[in-house]
Amino acid sequence: MFINFQEFFNLIPIIIVATGIVLSLLIEMYSKKSETILPWFSVLMFLAAGLHSLYYTKDVSIILQGMLATGGNVNVFHAIFTLGAAVVTLLSIDYIKKYGAYFGEYYIIIQTSVLGMMLMAAAKDLFVIFLGLEIMSVSFYILAGMNRKKAGANEASLKYFLLGAFATGFIVYGIALIYGSAQTTSIDFITSNFAELTKNLLFISGVLLFLIGFSFKIAAFPFHMWVPDVYEGSPTTVAALFSTGGKAAAFSAILATLFALFNGPNGNLFTPYFAVISVLSMFYGSIVAIAQTNIKRMLAYSSIAHAGYLAIGLAAGNHDAVAGVIFYLAAYTFMNLGAFGIISLLEGKDETNLDINSYAGLGNRKPLLAGLLAVLMFALAGLPPFGGFFGKYYIFVAAIKSHLTWLAILGVLSSAISVYFYLRIVVLMYFKPSENDFAIETNNNAMIAIVFSVLLIILLGIFPGTLIDLVTKFI
Amino acid sequence: MEQNSLLTYLILIPLIGSILILFIKKEQVNFIKYFAVGLSTFAFLLSLVIYFQFDSANSDFQFINKIEWIKGLNIHYHVGVDGMSLLLVLLTTFLTPLTLISSWSSIKNKVKEFTFFFLMLEVGMLGVFISLDLFLFYIFWEAMLIPMYFIIGIWGGKERVYAAIKFFIYTMFGSLLMLVAIVWLAVYAIGPLGYFTTNLIELYSVAPQIPMNIQIWMFLAFAFSFAIKVPLFPLHTWLPDAHVQAPTAGSVILAGVLLKMGTYGLLRFNLPLFPEASIIAAPYISVLAVIGIIYGALVAMVQTDVKKLVAYSSVSHLGFVVLGIFAMTQESIQGAVIQMINHGLSTGALFLLVGVIYERTHTREIADYGGIAKLVPVFSFALMFASLSSVGLPGLNGFVGEFLILLGSFQSPILNSWWFTVFAASGVIFAAVYLLWMYQRVVFGEVKNPKLDGLKDMNAREIFVLAPIFIFIVWIGIYPTTFLKVSDKSTAKVVKQIYHPVKVSPVELGLNQSSKQEVKR
Repeated sequence: MFINFQEFFNLIPIIIVATGIVLSLLIEMYSKKSETILPWFSVLMFLAAGLHSLYYTKDVSIILQGMLATGGNVNVFHAIFTLGAAVVTLLSIDYIKKYGAYFGEYYIIIQTSVLGMMLMAAAKDLFVIFLGLEIMSVSFYILAGMNRKKAGANEASLKYFLLGAFATGFIVYGIALIYGSAQTTSIDFITSNFAELTKNLLFISGVLLFLIGFSFKIAAFPFHMWVPDVYEGSPTTVAALFSTGGKAAAFSAILATLFALFNGPNGNLFTPYFAVISVLSMFYGSIVAIAQTNIKRMLAYSSIAHAGYLAIGLAAGNHDAVAGVIFYLAAYTFMNLGAFGIISLLEGKDETNLDINSYAGLGNRKPLLAGLLAVLMFALAGLPPFGGFFGKYYIFVAAIKSHLTWLAILGVLSSAISVYFYLRIVVLMYFKPSENDFAIETNNNAMIAIVFSVLLIILLGIFPGTLIDLVTKFI
Repeated sequence: MEQNSLLTYLILIPLIGSILILFIKKEQVNFIKYFAVGLSTFAFLLSLVIYFQFDSANSDFQFINKIEWIKGLNIHYHVGVDGMSLLLVLLTTFLTPLTLISSWSSIKNKVKEFTFFFLMLEVGMLGVFISLDLFLFYIFWEAMLIPMYFIIGIWGGKERVYAAIKFFIYTMFGSLLMLVAIVWLAVYAIGPLGYFTTNLIELYSVAPQIPMNIQIWMFLAFAFSFAIKVPLFPLHTWLPDAHVQAPTAGSVILAGVLLKMGTYGLLRFNLPLFPEASIIAAPYISVLAVIGIIYGALVAMVQTDVKKLVAYSSVSHLGFVVLGIFAMTQESIQGAVIQMINHGLSTGALFLLVGVIYERTHTREIADYGGIAKLVPVFSFALMFASLSSVGLPGLNGFVGEFLILLGSFQSPILNSWWFTVFAASGVIFAAVYLLWMYQRVVFGEVKNPKLDGLKDMNAREIFVLAPIFIFIVWIGIYPTTFLKVSDKSTAKVVKQIYHPVKVSPVELGLNQSSKQEVKR
């Protein structure tokens, strides 16, 4: 196999992360100060990969004999994953010590999961998708159970593993059926002969199984059962990674496989499927979130609802939808990371203070933290002028352009419901007196990460054009 | 196109001011107050500059500033004013410094946060009135909710949390449907124009061509959102809660400016964008408006709480404005515009006066008062003045607006029935009943409540706040032409847009085939 310099250069983001993993292992093994060096090395490595990806988006190519795509929106996804992981790493530095799960592997496994995500986004072949998915998922199963002594974490890990493996089974079986009917796993070949292939029932079953498997991974109703338990049981920073990077990676894989079809006459083939799961996810997530008293579970249901909004974009299946979904994922990633970050700061030693009533009076006790969380809640609720609003707007534009006005209307109705539970946190923080004056220890590392996320959300809301222009260039 | 940045400066003053306030130490309460009042007064002076440079003989939007914002979706930062919005901009910049001064002593805790939210609120309100891009409009419309939500929720009365949430969810629900309609409209524009646009001026020529079966849905989505804000009967239930629980400054701005955003929206968007649907819907909405006039008045009559009484009187007064808008004659629309200003002034003054007395006695129950005329003569005179203005006494401002609305609705070819006018006119009589009855019970008679002993009259600061409002109340009452002529050409244009909508075909716009094909892609 021959790689020329340009191919090598385009692969640099993935190479940075892959090399970083090896170096991190060496640091962990040989350095006595690995506890302080490793996270910062990890952050710098992610920043390097992310900034490189963003800077070289124009180098669009397909490399490694049609296996991987580089440049364009693949790089935008790389940036989302790596910058998101950098935020998670910063949040983790003090959190995992408090949580009692400090092992050097922690940072390294985050790195491997990011490598998996990057492969999924870059895939041009179904096997690469599968490879990336497994690298990511196996890392996630380990991260969920990082502290063996906690029963809740073990339960979360096991549950995630069983259901995740089940979903992966669907995907592999789907790929097998697709291979059986198309005699190839090349995504380009399949999409260009899609009309021909759909005459084969085997192929259709394969595609359906593939989509169902990924519906698990994006946490859409009715494949969402694992989400609340896993988010609740896992370490908070890890749950942050699941809900953002994991979801974004699954969406990137769906876009990688379906994107070419959005151009063609068969683009609407998937509309009914995605429309149904989007309506169910939005309403189920928003309504059930109202009943939650644990803030991590609330965000888990909110994550189901957001999967629903994103699925509107997939149902619309046009160019605006692709741009809208990528924008939404970018905004959602940093909204959720910020929110989980603040939760991780408030969380006590033994996973205490996770009840939403612990947030009562936070506006008086920690004005900055409360202000940041309020911005994040308004952003998650989809209020302007924050990034979450513009993501929704773009997705609704896409839906209405595809004559799915009814879906957009259901989308806004569900957002109206979701306002209630996001607002409830703001109500508690500012309008209710504090009930339990537990100690809140903030640390600079986490604050940097949270402030960075919030600034990004505000910038994405006020100047969405920068990202939109970048993304639409490659569609 | 010629650019004029004055409006942008106007909106930047409170925006930058509120951000700067975040960096002032919260102990420096007085500095924060002077800073905020100074800034908002400066904004008022700037809006006066705009007023004096405004050409009222021109019906087009003026002071236009258009900057590309989001290229991918053809969204511009696009602001400008015509006569109608200029008056509301002036009302906003006029009331903001006055209400800030009025809350000088009533807001004691978290002054820094209060001032921050208040200036942010001014940004939102000004933005709503000057936006000429629907996307930009929507951003301001929604963003304005957040500061108001905090103002009610943090500095409000006992039931403030309930009121704040109710206010937020009601408004949000309505506006989300409007969001869908905005996008739908923009997507529809692709047909005739060849590109996706939220530019209001361009949509004015596109939207009237939309087939009736779609137009009516878009009309309803917009109207629903604005009707909640107005509030039109039966969507008014959030209003009494929000008004009663909000702090005085919040109530004044809520009644004075926020409610006008609803009626302004109907006038700016519903009528010109969907003229055919508006004509069909006009009788139904007018019926609701008239029901609101009478219902609001009757409910106000039985209130025992002064603030609640004023809140319900708003439902009644805003009913007049909506009737004026949907009567669709030039007189009635002129009346509606001037009535928006009037209501802002007189109800604003009433809320300020209720705040003045509440700060001293901590009660708003009518039964707790009585006979205060001897104790606080200046206050009693001011309350009389504001009540009479609200009642619509000839010679004061309320009369001008109500007269024009009743005259216009009587002649209206759309409503085509004088029953609307008859029932609406009864609202004027009811207004006299509930306000003067309230006045009698509060001010006249013997002092029965011992707690009222030693009640202090209005101080210089409070008089200073009310005096300018009273000057305008008299001015509009005696010489309304100053204000009517500002909006004259703009309202005439709205009427023209309703009956003779500009219908531009793609050929006239000079679009060739290639741009149409681009859409199909």
